[in-house]
Amino acid sequence: MTVASDFSDDVEPFRLSMLIYDKRYRSYTLQIITIALFMLAVGWLVSNVVQNFRDLGKEFSFAFLWEPASYDINQRLIEYTSRSPHWKAAVVGILNTLVLAFLGCIAATILGVAIGVMRLSKNWLVSRLMTIYIEGFRNVPVLLWILLASTAFSAMLPAPRQAPVLLGGGFVPTNRGFYVPAPIWESGSGVLAIIFLLSLVGAWFFGRWARAKQAATGEILPVFWIRLAIIILPVLFFYFILGRPIGLSLPELKGFNFQGGGFVRNSFMALWIALSLYTAAFIAENVRSGIQAISKGQTEAAYSLGLPPNRTMNLVILPQALRIIIPPLISQYLNLTKNSSLAIAVGYMDITGTLGGITLNQTGREMESLLLVMGFYLIVSLLISGVMNVYNNSVAIKER
Amino acid sequence: MKTKLLTLALGAAAIATVSTSASAATLDDVKAKGFLQCGVSTGVPGFAFTDDAGDWQGFDPALCRAMAAAIFGDAKAVKFTPTTGKTRFTALASGEVDVLARNTTETFSRDVDLKFTFAPVNYYDGQGFMVRKSLGVTSAKNLSGATICIQTGTTTELNLADYFRANNMTYEPVPIETNAEAQEKYLANACDVYTTDASGLAATRAAFEKPGDHMLLPEIISKEPLAPLTRHGDDQWADILKWTLNVLINAEELGVTAANADDMLANSKLPSIRRLLGAEGDFGTKLGLGNDWSLNAIKAGGNYGEIYDKYIGPKTAIGLERGLNQLWSKGGILYAAPVR
Amino acid sequence: MSDTQSKNSLLYVSTKDLPELPAPVNTTGPVAWMRQNLFASVRDTVLTVLFAILVIAILYKLIPWMLTDAVFFADSIRNCREIDTGACFAVVTSRFNQLIFGFYPPELYWRPILAFLLMFVAFAPLLHDNLPRKLLWFTGVFPLLAYFLLWGGAIWGPLLILAMVTAAVFVFSLVSKPLNSTLGLLAAIAFCLMYYIFLHDSISGALASAMPIGLEFVESAKFGGFLITFVIGVTGIVASLPLGIVLALGRKSDNMPVVKMLCVGFIEFIRGVPLITLLFVASTLLNYFLPPGTTFDLILRVIIMVTLFAAAYMAEVVRGGLAALPRGQYEAADALGLNYWQATRLIILPQALKISIPGIVNTFIGLFKDTVLVSIVGILDPVGIMQPIRSTSEWNGIIWELPIFIGLVFFIFCFTMSRYSMYFERKLDTGHRS
Ligand SMILES: N[C@@H](CCC(=O)N[C@@H](CS)C(=O)NCC(=O)O)C(=O)O
Repeated sequence: MTVASDFSDDVEPFRLSMLIYDKRYRSYTLQIITIALFMLAVGWLVSNVVQNFRDLGKEFSFAFLWEPASYDINQRLIEYTSRSPHWKAAVVGILNTLVLAFLGCIAATILGVAIGVMRLSKNWLVSRLMTIYIEGFRNVPVLLWILLASTAFSAMLPAPRQAPVLLGGGFVPTNRGFYVPAPIWESGSGVLAIIFLLSLVGAWFFGRWARAKQAATGEILPVFWIRLAIIILPVLFFYFILGRPIGLSLPELKGFNFQGGGFVRNSFMALWIALSLYTAAFIAENVRSGIQAISKGQTEAAYSLGLPPNRTMNLVILPQALRIIIPPLISQYLNLTKNSSLAIAVGYMDITGTLGGITLNQTGREMESLLLVMGFYLIVSLLISGVMNVYNNSVAIKER
Repeated sequence: MKTKLLTLALGAAAIATVSTSASAATLDDVKAKGFLQCGVSTGVPGFAFTDDAGDWQGFDPALCRAMAAAIFGDAKAVKFTPTTGKTRFTALASGEVDVLARNTTETFSRDVDLKFTFAPVNYYDGQGFMVRKSLGVTSAKNLSGATICIQTGTTTELNLADYFRANNMTYEPVPIETNAEAQEKYLANACDVYTTDASGLAATRAAFEKPGDHMLLPEIISKEPLAPLTRHGDDQWADILKWTLNVLINAEELGVTAANADDMLANSKLPSIRRLLGAEGDFGTKLGLGNDWSLNAIKAGGNYGEIYDKYIGPKTAIGLERGLNQLWSKGGILYAAPVR
Repeated sequence: MSDTQSKNSLLYVSTKDLPELPAPVNTTGPVAWMRQNLFASVRDTVLTVLFAILVIAILYKLIPWMLTDAVFFADSIRNCREIDTGACFAVVTSRFNQLIFGFYPPELYWRPILAFLLMFVAFAPLLHDNLPRKLLWFTGVFPLLAYFLLWGGAIWGPLLILAMVTAAVFVFSLVSKPLNSTLGLLAAIAFCLMYYIFLHDSISGALASAMPIGLEFVESAKFGGFLITFVIGVTGIVASLPLGIVLALGRKSDNMPVVKMLCVGFIEFIRGVPLITLLFVASTLLNYFLPPGTTFDLILRVIIMVTLFAAAYMAEVVRGGLAALPRGQYEAADALGLNYWQATRLIILPQALKISIPGIVNTFIGLFKDTVLVSIVGILDPVGIMQPIRSTSEWNGIIWELPIFIGLVFFIFCFTMSRYSMYFERKLDTGHRS
């Protein structure tokens, strides 16, 4: 309002009204007001919670986590019984979430990249079909896909006693899940594992050597096949030398269900397939736009250098496109992980099913359980976005 | 400026003061609303189901109707909220429903830890197992390795864990939210066994296309005293629930039915009947209701026996014998405190 | 040079146009098209054949089931099976009303339908810039109108809110003229809060009992089906827009670290947890955060959480729009001597929001799809209503038909919207270059 007319004064005397009118101070005023309002709001919420808890005679405590859970969980990756404490049930749930998210991300990536590349294929039929796939999956809620997959399995597949035993006894699809062979680790399998690891290292060194050689002489070796041989042959060789230390346990119908082998439950399969197919559609779009963002000149330059199309893709386009593709890819991983919480709709025992589901219900500790569940997802999200930031920074540096 | 800040502070303080206004008594709330909000299950034949007109009927809703009649003199002044085994307690604790009448087992932790007040038991039950006859299983002891459908958030899943552990058996639990889903899974053979309260099993089985293909195993592995409940902390409200139920049971014991209640009120000389129906004493007023509360409750759907027979009794498709739920005077354990 | 050339008549240069020859057979026509697009190489041929077989096999199974052998009218699944062997879409036709409106009273269906149609009128000026600006007034009033149409009740509530908003604008100008806009905003908000907390209920109650004008009240519990999807989705997106803008501006306010921190914290928290956990908060915890004795229905609680959820995503979209504005725009605003709110309101936001429209539409599509999660907390949206329908004795055994129908409806809406957003993006693109 009143403009300070006294320019000769170097240090303006502070007046109260400057808190509002002076840009230098105004931000402080506003921030203090914000803090005050925020504290008031938080205080209000907390006082309500306290009051409500007192009215209901509840208390806020995490002690219940150490009491026996008293319920069973069907899919558990660690030792767990109904006598284990609630926190262990939560850990079982966390591991189930992570397994689902991890396998989901892998499947979605493979599918998504394949579809994204095929979407750009010059083959009319292929690219049209991929468009249909992408649009079809992206525009229907993922929960519907999950429910559909789950009902499909339980309605279309036979009960265990009628189930066909496929692949020489190795694979049995039933309406409860899929029975698959499971490895039995006998003595000597440790040696085999070490040999496998060594061959992996060997394959890696071979790759380096081959690249160096190509750079030096221009000779292109069939790297893929030789690597495959390096990885497989020694393991195969020692497998027989050591007297077949890894056996297979095949599922067998005993009593109500198949026993032995591995069992992949329908709930898991439904989630895994639906989440992967759904996320793949998004990844495919990212891949497509990443590839299309690389100017056509790059392809033409590579062609004019005489590179064949698949080498052009592998050596010229993809390395550049990856920079564009990877950040949205990582946020798709984040989405998939968060979507895995829909497990609760088909009874898969992830963290929302155990801690946020049965534990919450049996103990009545809604506040504590939900805080922990949200905390878990928050940590996972922050980790994933941390990875993304590191990646973005590393890419950004290379650009200069 | 100062005045503005003052306004702001006042506004904020105003918000804060709202929070300190104590919650009114449930009865006052319910009267102000004009209807009773009653939590029932999502659907168990006989116990709680929607009729063709979309109205909730059954053994459990009948209690809520009686209670609504006791409060408002109108058995229709009630709205129903379907709840699953999982959502029922939050619905009650959060005040979404005023009373929960829904196959709920009274347990220590639900009473003391979850802070609910249980009315007397209105159905003595126990957990059973249902299997298809073709499996050839005759005892629960043969169930090792079976895939079992259970509703989550129930005592069922806890009992089951204990039972199988005690008998050194393994099983594959398939967690499910509602009775309807469980039935679907069970019929699709996605589980070998369905376990829940025996009454619920019988009711569910009765609704099957071929009930004869399925059987209940003889073992009853738990005590499931089912009782309606309210929140802790409002004794008056809990009393209304408790005594509405007691009135219905006492009415059966004293031979008061929906049809003869008015007549009994006018003509009965028996002091116990006169007290029950409000001809003597002012029990209703003491509860904060009208003195015709008990008469209305009985006339809403009849006494306990009438309700039982109408929805789940031997003459219905559900066909549950009274058994433990017979009056104490007739060999059961139903024993309601007297109105006096 | 050119002169001499033009005078020389070159005999080998034709003086008139030759007629165009038809293109070589192998570069046009269906055969050539197929050769180029389907059978360009051996690999292509193999792919084409494989995929063609796949498609034909699927269609061969699907078409009879979905169309020719399907039953569209019957009164139970048994009846369906008697009529034909294909899909039993009769479940959709016979329960159509429930799938769309839930348990909304049938004689009042015109109200949601009218609200739905008016919604397009309200959105039109936002999505099309060549419509008269006056329509924006309707857009502003629409939320209240829609609320009134959907829930009904006395007309006074919405009218009073309208009056309150008008009065708040007045308060704003009253305060911001002598002081500044930020304080004006705060005062307006405080005014609204005070009015709503202390006066609203008693005044509207008094008016309603004095002059009972209004529509028949419909309680939220009666809402269901796609009606719920739209109510939650549209409210969520509309209410989240202002919130998202504030959050985005807050996140950008580098000179106010506290505000920035709060905004970042909120946005990252919401974006870091799955929606379903927020819905659990709505269904189990929200009541604990409110004064004892306050209960309001689940649908409202869910809408609140969905709004907060969408606001965080919206904030990121708007932030993108803000970041995409050239710095010159900010500097130009400064040079004109506009203060922060003037610059934001007149220069920055209109442009930033316009750039963000595709992002906003995409957020909306995401939110629209995400509304189905409310079925997990027991709301009877189309997915939630599937189970009750399937467990009735008439339709017990129906598997595919309901999800197919629901998926199709979602597909149509989401696909249209995403196409629209792409179209809009392209329009904006050219706008920039010219
Ligand atoms: N009595 C047990 C079990 C109660 C229960 O869930 N019973 C089932 C079947 S009897 C039920 O009411 N289901 C109804 C529904 O699905 O909503 C408890 O209180 O935990």
